Amino acid sequence: MSAREEILARVRRAVAGAEDVEIPRGYRAGRPAEGAVEGLVELFAERVDDYRAVVHVVPAAEVPAKIDACLGGRRVIVPDGFGRAGGWDDLDTADGVVTTCAVAIAETGTIVLDHGPGQGTRAQTLVPDYHLCVVRADQIVAGVPEAVARLDPARPLTWISGPSATSDIELNRVEGVHGPRTLEVIIST
Amino acid sequence: MSATFLGMPGNFPENSRKAVHDSQLRFNLRKATHTIRGKRASVVGELPDWQELRAAGKAIKEHTLRNLDRYLIRLEAAVTAAGGTVHWARDAAEANRIVTGLVKATGETEVVKVKSMATQEIELNQALAEQGITAYETDLAELIVQLGDDFPSHILVPAIHRNRSEIREIFLDRMPGVSPDLTDDPPALAEAARLHLRERFLRSKVAISGANFMVAETGTLVVLESEGNGRMCLTLPETLISVVGIEKLLPSWRDLEVFLQLLPRSSTGERMNPYTSMWTGAVEGQDFHLVLLDNGRTDVLADEVGRQALRCIRCSACLNVCPVYERAGGHAYGSVYPGPIGAILTPQLRGMSSELDASLPYASSLCGACYEVCPVAIDIPEVLVDLRAKAPHAAAERAGMKVAGWIFNDHRRLARAQRAATRLRKLVPKRLPGPLSAWTDTRDVPEIPEESFRDWWERNERA
Repeated sequence: MSAREEILARVRRAVAGAEDVEIPRGYRAGRPAEGAVEGLVELFAERVDDYRAVVHVVPAAEVPAKIDACLGGRRVIVPDGFGRAGGWDDLDTADGVVTTCAVAIAETGTIVLDHGPGQGTRAQTLVPDYHLCVVRADQIVAGVPEAVARLDPARPLTWISGPSATSDIELNRVEGVHGPRTLEVIIST
Repeated sequence: MSATFLGMPGNFPENSRKAVHDSQLRFNLRKATHTIRGKRASVVGELPDWQELRAAGKAIKEHTLRNLDRYLIRLEAAVTAAGGTVHWARDAAEANRIVTGLVKATGETEVVKVKSMATQEIELNQALAEQGITAYETDLAELIVQLGDDFPSHILVPAIHRNRSEIREIFLDRMPGVSPDLTDDPPALAEAARLHLRERFLRSKVAISGANFMVAETGTLVVLESEGNGRMCLTLPETLISVVGIEKLLPSWRDLEVFLQLLPRSSTGERMNPYTSMWTGAVEGQDFHLVLLDNGRTDVLADEVGRQALRCIRCSACLNVCPVYERAGGHAYGSVYPGPIGAILTPQLRGMSSELDASLPYASSLCGACYEVCPVAIDIPEVLVDLRAKAPHAAAERAGMKVAGWIFNDHRRLARAQRAATRLRKLVPKRLPGPLSAWTDTRDVPEIPEESFRDWWERNERA
């Protein structure tokens, strides 16, 4: 018997006669997104800031200027579809990367990349030491269930909550290990 | 790491006796577990629906385990359709053979690894080393353990038994090219690890990971981490091999909405861990292999009481809250799975034929704090008591229990025994002799009353 057949047979023997259960889903889900409710931008900004990331809340028209100000003289990767001219091509020598995102979660201060247009490849948002992410207010949802519902599992997804960190030394969070050590977020309203 | 847990001598009481005399260890553990307890309590308290999430998490896992065959087949189909290759491993040896073969086929002699309990359980690093393949751990705590030629002592933070100055010493002694001016400031230690591993990440062609979750419906694998070493390993190498226990399955994509709330808050006490990677099959040109591991899990599944241990999502909240773990530390458990969850998982996965494994169900005061904090409501005390009944017992103990059972089984026999005890009460010593002294060294012998309640009741009812 192949390993596959044997494991499946063992599973069937093990659970034969066991009762199935109903899954209660009494937790919060399906809450409205920013636009329909007030306060999600503020909550998201506060929660991102808790991770010691830098947050700017800026009217849409002022976003390009704000990006310039944030980037300063950095050599920055600008992914296809971001809609900004210029950009550095070499991953190994880039100082940073600027991207959009797929969805953002207010309650946990999380941004999620699905690596679609404007978001770069997984390596482009990982290797450089600085990540600037532009979040549109209408991309901010209340919590994790609302974000999962918006995402496409067929795409590679990267959930980012603050800069790279570790809790491995005495269980305290220390920022800055292998991923970008500086995370900056512009919320476009 | 070169150290191995299998065949470790001793038993839990002996191991923990040594551990509690290590004052540095006790200080480190107390500090770390109390820090994380506070953080967990605060972020769990923020969610008004925590108990609802916990109930859902428990039920999703129960339902998955009940239908595990169906969901495994579904997962296999989804991963294959997305360009991945699925392998099945009955036990550790088979899993190690598969992974070693896959690495050899690439022609590489080095692999980078993301922290994974499953590959520790099967001792993959040793199996690779025997075939001339070097595995580099990239998680900071795993790196500390590997460089220190040490054992992991915690599920989430394997180097929890080390404080910052001990970590500095290990880095200075064992990390090639480290600056001699390294301080014990945690950011400086993290920076040293970053520099040490940077080149290795960019150069490695093969990575090995585990996974926190696998979604049957979509074939998606999920890895939660903090440092970015996971992202490095999962995305940069050309070949990715993931070794995952068959119980890590979730039926549907939607189920992640529950577990991505339960796990980070329970494990690191954060609203969300810094990085979570999700991928479905072969992504961005990568070659992807999934090795599904049984290694005793189907035996656990067959046990009606013990199977709930398979709901575990390896958050380690039970370790952090356990009064026994806090004092004894992880090494005393002699397994990659220490603490309360280890005390029920290890004896079920490995059996109770060794003295160490048979002692694990007793590594608890049955206080129940582990059950309270468990995000998937595993009733650890219930399983511990059940395993105690199944563990081998000494002939004298079995005979004693048999006599006690015979007496308790009949109310007339019980009444006669109570009257006999009452008559002899003055003769019972405060400290019991021989092996029974192990009990009275730390506890008082219960006082025998002048009259049993049954006799008192009889007398007063008649009056």
